[in-house]
Amino acid sequence: MVDRAAASLRLAAAWAAAEAVPDPELPAVTIADLGILRDVALRADGRAEVTITPTYSGCPAMVVIALDIARAMEAAGFADAVVRSVLAPAWTTDWLTPAAHRKLAEAGIAPPRRGPPACPRCGSAETETISEFGATACKALHRCLSCREPFEAFKCH
Amino acid sequence: MATTSIVVAETELVLALLRRADDALVLGHRLSEWTGRAPTLEEELALANIALDLIGQARALYQYAGELSGFDEDQLAYLRDAGAYRNCLLVEQPNGDFARTIVRQVFCTAFTDPFWRAAMGSADATLAAIAGKAAKETAYHLRHAGAWLVRLGDGTEESHRRTQEAVELLWPYVGELFEADAAEQAMIAAGVVPDPAALRDGWERVVAALLERATLRRPAEGWMQTGGRRGVHSEHLGILLAEMQVLQRTYPGAQW
Repeated sequence: MVDRAAASLRLAAAWAAAEAVPDPELPAVTIADLGILRDVALRADGRAEVTITPTYSGCPAMVVIALDIARAMEAAGFADAVVRSVLAPAWTTDWLTPAAHRKLAEAGIAPPRRGPPACPRCGSAETETISEFGATACKALHRCLSCREPFEAFKCH
Repeated sequence: MATTSIVVAETELVLALLRRADDALVLGHRLSEWTGRAPTLEEELALANIALDLIGQARALYQYAGELSGFDEDQLAYLRDAGAYRNCLLVEQPNGDFARTIVRQVFCTAFTDPFWRAAMGSADATLAAIAGKAAKETAYHLRHAGAWLVRLGDGTEESHRRTQEAVELLWPYVGELFEADAAEQAMIAAGVVPDPAALRDGWERVVAALLERATLRRPAEGWMQTGGRRGVHSEHLGILLAEMQVLQRTYPGAQW
């Protein structure tokens, strides 16, 4: 009984450490907020195994994310954590949590939605696309037609 | 000095994977050549983003082909000569001007878009998973290329002329997209990869509609180039690989 309780506490600690890792390119949100973190488990050999999924096939942040996770796990007492990347099921912006939507908007990035994004600054729905591609694989460039501010929006994917 | 090339035992599955991986890597490398010289900042970001997606798709395919053939993704990319590359000739054609790059992009993605969607139903679970990611990305790439084709074709007199020239120049390379040799046919019969020939009508419809909106002429049927899938390439691939592979060839196993 005691062993099982200890294991469950240890697993909760592993989850907490992995969940808190921020996205290196969008530090306002965590990998859990973005749906990149898929699973955390404790292996028979005692090491933690963290499963992540890439947002885009070529997202260069994935390498840094894997390193950041290993470092965060180490700091939380899980040495030599294994970081595993899985492709299926394919990541979708539907996995962004409500917290991710709120934090992105607060950071000036319009959260993903079907149809034209609303301006994260003034809230206007009158916006236009400048470019389908932005500074990172997951964002596109838009401009608000009401306040005239350009802004980034999370692609709906 | 220079590292010896590897020889990959090409089972039917490994060959099918290398063909798609090489398409993605070579096209991704071509698009990366625009970095620092794209016509606008937005296009700089767009072409680099598409290149990253393609190289990412290539990595996933090489990792899988590598598991089956005993090599890693870097060895497959850096230590095969042009004659061992299995990409189609279209993707290795030089960037030319922006119009030519966009036309190549339209011709390629009008094929890969339905290809990856069909491959999501592959009997091979790993390939189906890779296809699931690639399909979403490719649909986005096709939208980008199609919008530019219309803008350039239906743009100024000069942009129209250059785009029409690019269509004529690259047209002889589209036939190869729909080829399947005996090894490919075996994988098609096993439900592992989609039959490219079955995608031809859809490709024709998408391309014809885009050309029409762009006020461009579809070239007449004629001689089609072939050879890439069995390693017979245009001179351009060797030059591309020389640049891409020089570091690993000179400093074997270098990492940073």
